[in-house]
Amino acid sequence: MSNITHHIPEPMLAAYAAGTLPPVFETVVATHVSMCAACRAGVQAHEVAGGAVLEAGDGADLSDALKSDVLALLDGPAPVDRPAPARRGIYPGPVIAALKDREPCWKSLGMGVRQSILMDGPEGSLRLLHIPPGRAVPDHGHNGIEMTLVLQGSFADETGTFGVGDLEVADEDLEHTPVAGQGLPCICLAATDAPLRFRTLVPRLLQPLFRI
Amino acid sequence: MGEGQDISDQTVWMLAVRDTRDRAAFARLFDFYAPRLKGFVMRGGMDAALAEEIVQDVMLTVWHKAAQFDPERAQVSGWIYQITRNRQIDTIRRTGRAMPEELKHEDEHEPDAGQVLAMEQEASKLKLALGRLKPDQRAMIEKAYLGDLTHQEIREQTGLPLGTIKSRIRLGLDRLRHELKELREP
Repeated sequence: MSNITHHIPEPMLAAYAAGTLPPVFETVVATHVSMCAACRAGVQAHEVAGGAVLEAGDGADLSDALKSDVLALLDGPAPVDRPAPARRGIYPGPVIAALKDREPCWKSLGMGVRQSILMDGPEGSLRLLHIPPGRAVPDHGHNGIEMTLVLQGSFADETGTFGVGDLEVADEDLEHTPVAGQGLPCICLAATDAPLRFRTLVPRLLQPLFRI
Repeated sequence: MGEGQDISDQTVWMLAVRDTRDRAAFARLFDFYAPRLKGFVMRGGMDAALAEEIVQDVMLTVWHKAAQFDPERAQVSGWIYQITRNRQIDTIRRTGRAMPEELKHEDEHEPDAGQVLAMEQEASKLKLALGRLKPDQRAMIEKAYLGDLTHQEIREQTGLPLGTIKSRIRLGLDRLRHELKELREP
């Protein structure tokens, strides 16, 4: 855990605390926070700041009955919680939640690279990627933001090396070629807010098919 | 809070609710937070009736989940802020908010009064800093934490000084992690 060197950018921590990230990014942030005490502290610091805003703001008058209603409900049954999903193997709780408690459904992307799509919609897509050691993810740029969090193994690209728990946040200015490190296959949680565009012709033709 | 030297009233009330299920203390928390919560939620664009529903749910959650309040790594307003945002997001989205794995105390533990006090002091420094901002900066911060700014817009916001409070929270987390390890490896 203490080996994590690539963290969540500050504005994203703030957006996570405020609840304004699209669900695909929110899931990546919640997963990284499950693995990283520094970013957990960061989220909680933003919550304290949110609390300061809440405390400093003007109050609104309440209906007469609200307080007595709430006090009368204290003896009522406590609401049943959504059970917080626990980590399973290399997958932290938020990934298990996104998998809806099922196993990943791996589909081949060719060259030994596999993916399992967890969410796909107008607000972006979230997937698990499985990249064999030494293999590259096809050269790609992207239209928006891409977050990639390593769950097993490692990868390296033009910007550095990313091990378990490390998070890469790339925007449209970064064209990169991530290559999986030696050892275990690299398994990543990857979120994009726009379809990836691949540089090479064939993968581009396959993009709609693979929803990448 | 007497010049940052004492534990705040809110924390005292919250601990009384958590540890002795003190209803009078809960009523005080209600009087302090409920109007502020209603104002906060309405500034986020919710009508008065729905805002009161949220206030009711949040305050009941404070009562029912009081055991989860840990003053070594959270502060009452921040904890209530988080509950409120969760509740608001639940009204907007069909699927709930993605949440990190929880770190739970499995046992009673002796609170570290020094750490609790330090958290309080950091939180009150943050409040002072918020009060010293120019009106437009302050409005921007408020919009950010109300959830009215996108991630891209937050990128341009003028931030609050969060560095020291982060290291304080980190201390509380390290301590908790250490205790959890001891629980697992008796």
